[in-house]
Formats: sequence, C-alpha cells, structure tokens
Amino acid sequence: METTLVSRRSFLRASVIAGGGMMLAYYIEPMEKVLAAQFGPPVTLLPASFITIAPDGVITIIAKNPEIGQGVKVMLPMLIAEELDADWKDVRIEQGDLNPAKYGLQIAGGSTATPINWEPMRQLGAQCRQMLIGSAAQTWNVPESECTTTASRVHHVASKRSATYGELASKAATMPVPDPKTLKMKDPKDYRFIGHSMANPDIKKILTGKPVFGIDFTMPGMLYANYEKCPVFGGKVVSANLDEVKAQPGIRHAFVVEPSGDPSALVGGVAIVADSWYQARHARDNVLKVVWDEGPTAAQSSELYATTSVEMSKNDPGQTLRKDGDADAAFGTAAHVVEAAYSYPFLSHVPLEPMNCSAYFKDGKLEVWAPSQTPASGVGQTAKTLGIDQKDITLHLTRMGGGFGRRLTNDYMVEVAVIAKQIGVPVKLLWTREQDMAHDFYRPAGFHFLKGGVDADGKLVAWRNHFVTFGEKGRFAQSAGLSGEEFPSRFVPNFSQLSSMMPSGVPMGAMRAPGSNAIAFVMQSFIDELAHAAGKDPVQFRLDMLANEPLPSAAPPPGTPVAFAPVPFDAARMRGVLTTVAERSGWGKTKLPKDTAMGVAFHFSHRGYFAEVAEVSVTGGTNVKVHKAWVVGDIGSVGGINPTAAENISQGAVIEAMSHAMGYEIVIDKGRAVQSNFHQYPPLRLTQAPREIDIFFVKTDNPPTGLGEPALPPMIPAITNAMFAVTGKRIRSLPLSTQGYSWA
Amino acid sequence: MPYKLTVNGQPATVDVPEDTPLLWVVRDVLGLHGTKYGCGMALCGCCTVHINGEAARSCTTSIARAAGKHITTLEGLSENGTHPVQVAWQEIDVPQCGYCQAGQMMSASALLAKNPHPTDADIDAAMDGNICRCGTYLRIRKAIHKAAEIAAKQTKEPAAAVHS
Ligand code: FES
Ligand code: FES
Repeated sequence: METTLVSRRSFLRASVIAGGGMMLAYYIEPMEKVLAAQFGPPVTLLPASFITIAPDGVITIIAKNPEIGQGVKVMLPMLIAEELDADWKDVRIEQGDLNPAKYGLQIAGGSTATPINWEPMRQLGAQCRQMLIGSAAQTWNVPESECTTTASRVHHVASKRSATYGELASKAATMPVPDPKTLKMKDPKDYRFIGHSMANPDIKKILTGKPVFGIDFTMPGMLYANYEKCPVFGGKVVSANLDEVKAQPGIRHAFVVEPSGDPSALVGGVAIVADSWYQARHARDNVLKVVWDEGPTAAQSSELYATTSVEMSKNDPGQTLRKDGDADAAFGTAAHVVEAAYSYPFLSHVPLEPMNCSAYFKDGKLEVWAPSQTPASGVGQTAKTLGIDQKDITLHLTRMGGGFGRRLTNDYMVEVAVIAKQIGVPVKLLWTREQDMAHDFYRPAGFHFLKGGVDADGKLVAWRNHFVTFGEKGRFAQSAGLSGEEFPSRFVPNFSQLSSMMPSGVPMGAMRAPGSNAIAFVMQSFIDELAHAAGKDPVQFRLDMLANEPLPSAAPPPGTPVAFAPVPFDAARMRGVLTTVAERSGWGKTKLPKDTAMGVAFHFSHRGYFAEVAEVSVTGGTNVKVHKAWVVGDIGSVGGINPTAAENISQGAVIEAMSHAMGYEIVIDKGRAVQSNFHQYPPLRLTQAPREIDIFFVKTDNPPTGLGEPALPPMIPAITNAMFAVTGKRIRSLPLSTQGYSWA
Repeated sequence: MPYKLTVNGQPATVDVPEDTPLLWVVRDVLGLHGTKYGCGMALCGCCTVHINGEAARSCTTSIARAAGKHITTLEGLSENGTHPVQVAWQEIDVPQCGYCQAGQMMSASALLAKNPHPTDADIDAAMDGNICRCGTYLRIRKAIHKAAEIAAKQTKEPAAAVHS
C-alpha cells in the first residue's frame, strides 16, 4: 500500500516538473481559456459603460453577451440591477454591440457567463449605487454612511429626505468610481431579482413577430446571398457555370471564392447574390453546376473510422492520460471483470435558425449584423481574411435562433464579409438547412474500449479505458479530447485512461456540453454494467464509489489563469445531488408498471454537478417511452439565478439528450455528411416528450456557476440504463434508432 | 406574374414566379419576418401560417396555390400580443431562443379555433409537426391549456379580456 502511494506521488511530481511532458500534453484546455486567449488582458469594467440613468429615472442596462436562448440577456442585467438596488419597472435592457475594450469578454459558450460575470456585474451595480449615494450625501450634506437605498431611491432617514436615482443621476456621474474593495454587497437574503423569475426582455417581440433574429435583419438596398461549398470537406472549386447562373432572374452576382487556408474561417465555394434569397437559392438548386476537386477526405467514412478504431484498440495506446496503480494486474485478482466497447457518432448542432449573417462593406469599413456566440473571434478572422484592420469592423449582435456551440465558429460571418467586400452593397447571407447540416463543425464521434473489475465485496477496483479518437501529432481534434481527470478517475485505485488518435478531414467543434455529452454516456453506462456485475443497486454502487477517498488531482499546466483552472471534482457535492435525485424520483421505492424501469446517471461538467433519473418503458422489445425525468443540479448557492429560464433550459437539456439518444447521427460517407435535413436527423417532437420533467437545485455554499450545458450529459445514460433495467440489453452505442428502437 | 392574396386582412398583390414559396413572399416581399425558415421541406413547422384558417407550412406552399386565399401570419394574430395564445405564451414564459415559437403559436391557434378545449392527445396530434430544437415542449403543452382558459374567459367577458 505504502509503495503505491509513494510511487503515485512521485509520478505526480514528475508530471509537474516535466511541465508539458507526456501527461500534461494531453490535458484538456477548458473552452473558456481557449476563447479568452483571443481577447488579450482583462479590461477594467466601468459602471458608465453598462448603466445609463436618465433624469426621468429610466435605467438602461447593457446586456453584453450574445443571446442564444439561454436567457443571458436578462440574467447579466439582473446581477447589475440587484446591487444597484433598482426598481425593475425602471429597467430597460439593451443588447451591447461587440466592444471588448468596454464590456470585456462577450461570448456564449462553456456555461461561462455566470462564473465569469457573477462578481464583476454585481460589482458594477454596487459601484453605481455607491455613486448615487455619494451624490445624495453631497447634495444633502450628510455622511454617505447614513444613506440607504430602496428601489431606485436614495434615503436619508434621519432628515426624512429622499431622491430618485433619476434626480441624482447627473451629479452621480461626476463622482469617482469606488474601489470595489470598499463596496458592501447585499446579503443574499435581501435579493429581489437574483433567484426570482424575471421576464425575457425580447418576449413581446418574439410573440408578435417583430424582427429580432439575425435572419430578420434588413436594410434598404440589401441583396441576398447563398454560398455553395464542396460537399466533401476541404474540397475546392475547379470551375462553375457562372454565366448560366447569372442569366437567371434576379441574379446580380455569381463568383468563385478562394479558400483562406483556415477552414474554420473560409473554405472555397461559389457565391450567388440576388434580389431575393429565394432567387439565389433557386439558381443554386436548379442551375448551378460546379466541378469540385474533392481532395483527400473523399476517401474517409464513418465505417472506416470504426474499423480503424477497433484495430487501434488492439495496439498500445498513443497516450497515457492518467495512470494510478496497476489496472492490468488488478484485473487478474478481481472477482468479476467486464469488457465492453462503446461508441457514439458525429452530431450536427442544427439550431433551428440556419446560419446567416448580414454585412455592408463601404469605404474600407465593414459593418456586420451577426448571430455569433464568439463575435470577437469572428471579427478577428474576418479582418484577417479581408486584410483589413479589426478597428474597421463594427459588429452588432443579434438574437440567435439557438446556438448549441455551432455559432462558436464564425465561418458564415467571414463568408458574408467576403461577399460584401466584393459587391459593395448591404447583403444578407443565408444557408439552406441542407448546407447547415453539410457544413457543420460536428460533435466528434468516439470509440471507447473499456475493461473494469470489481472485487468480491462488489467494490470497483480496476478500470482501463482505451479511448480511440481523432487527432494528429499528439493533439486531439477540436472537442475530441478526454481528460485524465474524468470520473471515475481518482476514485478507482487501479486506473488507466489511455488514448489513441486517428486523423480525419471532418470539421469538428464544441457542441453543448462538449466532450461530456458523449463521455457521460460511456462512463455512466459502463459504471452501470459494473454495478450489475457486482450485484449492487446502481445508486448505491455509485454512492459507494463516491465515498472513496479521492486520489490527488493532477496539477493544471503551468501558467493556467486561476479563473480558468479546472475545478477538481468534489465527491461530496455529487453525493448530494445523487441522494436528492434518488429521493425525489422515489428510486427503489416506487412500484412501476410492467416493462418500466428507472435509470440513473450523474456527471460533472462546466463546474456543475448533475444527477438524473429517467423512468422509461420499453414495450414490444423496441418501443421506448420516457415517462418522467428528474434532474437535480448543484450549481452553487443560488440555484438558478433566473428560475424560469433555469427550469426551461434544464428541461430543454433533457429533450436534447433524448434527441441524442434516439435520433441524432451524422454518418460520413465518401468524405461528406449523409444526412441532409430533419427527416434523416430528427430532433425530438412534442408527442415524444415526457409528460413531466422535474428540475431541482440543491443549494450549496459555492459560487454560482453556469447551467447551459451540465444538465444535458447524464440524461442519455439515465435513459439507456433504464432500458437495460427493462430489457436486460445493454446499450453500448448511439443512436438507438440504428439498433431497431423507436419512440413509442 | 402578379398574384392577389389577403394577408392579415389586407389585400396584397405580389409579382413573383409561380413556384415561389409563400414563406419567402411573406418574409422578403411583404417584409413580415415573424414567419421563419427552418427546413424548407415541411419538416419543422417554423414557417406555419393559416391559409383560410387551416395551419399550413408556407415553405412548401407555392404562391400559385396561396393566391386568392386568406393568409394569417403571426403578426395577424394580434399586433400587440393580446391573442389568447400570445398572452398564454407570455404568462408561461415559453420561449428559449424563440425561433420556433411563431410556428408553434400558429399551430396552436389553429387548433384552438377548431377545438376550444383540446385534450393532451389533441395537442400532441396538432403540434407534432412543430420542432422546438430548444425543447420547450412541456411549456407549450401548458400554454395551450392556458390559452384555452383565457379564450374561454374572453368569450364570457369580452371587454375585460384585452387588459388581462
Ligand atoms: S421551414 Fe417550413 S416546415 Fe420547416
Ligand atoms: S425556442 Fe428555440 S427552437 Fe423553440
């Protein structure tokens, strides 16, 4: 025992000293760190950049982050308004343009809005409140410490004086901005907005059909564009019948665009610009003929990746992500050993609003109206591609008809910018759904070859995972990585997390809960298999695992900014949500109808702890119905900052997980995506949705963290584990529809 | 060739080729952006409008087929959001991204016009053609029941309804 500990410690030390050595090279960088790297050093945020108070008392608050339906457009202003102690009636919310120097980080990704902005946004509100107090104190010639605030009003109780924020605003604007360290923040029990449901500021516009989305943008003289790319990833235009296209009614321009060399910015294609979008589309569908040079990816397919993965699994792994004890030796003495291969397919994001963007290039300057989750990085790529200065680009953020990670990549923004520069009039680019599905940055497929061992007491003692994934030269492809820290890492004494990489020409990228959306299925299903082998109840088996004293966490690579350092998995928090979801679902206590069972799973991602249960029936062997789902999350001290939105997106996470489980699969054949529209790639429909999805947050003494992503991953294995409990058939690959299952 | 139709009670004449989908006439010719494009193949329901009172997918309805008919788009339910479906949608706070909701509300309002008290099964049947990628289905079900209640109240006390 002693020797194991010593050798483990020295191993850890060795990895830290090696700094970028074998183990650390494969450490997964959190997405927010990657994104933040594009923004340079942090900026000092000033209250005046975010808050304007008019003499009539109207308080305009800037919502700085892109809105994709996650509710951030109200959530961040709520944080400001809370510490400002505003009257919500006075508050108007305005979407900020892209301006990182003024607003700091403006991204929608990685469930980062809450952890990044919780402190600074509240601080801005508190600073502004203090400036209003200062202005009142000066006017009344009383000490600031004797002044208090209530909704949009400063009071001096002793002299029975009070003034509205509107009355105090112009003087307050001249007050020095207080040092954040001197601010007194509210006691959470006094919160009037945080933890209370607040209305979506765009709801009236959405419900009455006013233009709010990128696709709705228009301006006088605007033309409409479509952009056709090679169906094979990385293919190039050899020639196109541009003259025939130009002869079509309404067509103003048709031209070939050369690739920029950065496939996440601009791949080659044919631009068609017309008086109306339908004319452009019509010409593309019916007249355009392109000779493509398909390039090397044409030889690749999902089938090839699958067979290659099996071959690679038999060889020595390329990388060791983590090693504790000696798994191979421990299998020899384990009472039960289980081996299984798991896999999952490529996925397309399919936000319901297809990719689009509008732009106007005039006198060397570009103005963009962009539905983008990462507008700053889009501007960077656009400037580089066009050969203009970033300063010459103005970007307005539009509401988005979903993001799910698709709009982290700004290829459509670069495309419209190139077209706008060429034609010199305002133009809106819109992709067809088919183009959207054919040119995604797909959730990577993956293959896991697992072996696990439990001892005679039913304790998990050995685990080996050989993950065969995509990548080259020791670098994982985008979102195709696995951390050595991924659970059950640190909770199994003999543990090997290994990987091997194969190259691929398929563009890949982050999709809601990147990595986790697939890994949770694998890990939590295999843990279920081991629970079964151990003869233990699936909840109890997991609780037992979580009761183990964890092995030390690997140190993050040197130089990781503290704010972005990975947070180690906290078993106590996971036990909390697991116990709660078992209670709420009546796990093990409910008498369920015939052919019906519950399945459980948990997952830690994006700083959030989620344990979930699904009650599922499988009738006739293949007809699956999810009757009810329970989601219990621990995202810190508040639960959902805006409860109505928190419930909505958590229920949405369950619905999305069901789409992953049953219907979503992008098959690659001859280097292209086979599926082209929703008939082949079906999102869940209302009829298939559970009658009830119970959402509950366990509040713990931890800073609030994000919710967009972490609720999703556990639901997939919760469903497939429930199916196993009914049928005895273990689900080891997704989606279910390719294995004969369908929704009942 | 010019086609005449009635959109949200207003007569309109549009000069577009006969195979132009009603969706693009409504959006790009008439400038009504409430109706959305999601698939173009009658698969997602984003583009749902009423044609002579029936819910229909405007992405696969050519202008030639829509000519002479009464078209209602989301903008025609009510300008200021007072239609029971809009009121209910707001009260239940249905949207996430909101992109599908025009189509959802048009399918829901067509259902309620025919069947003022739909059961869950009626709702499932009427709403199955409308995808919500964000997954707001539970709230949609709830909001349809709520809209039915609101509409019933409005019929009883029409004057008070507008302000409710
Ligand atoms: S756009 Fe018409 S049904 Fe999808
Ligand atoms: S609310 Fe986003 S698609 Fe329905």
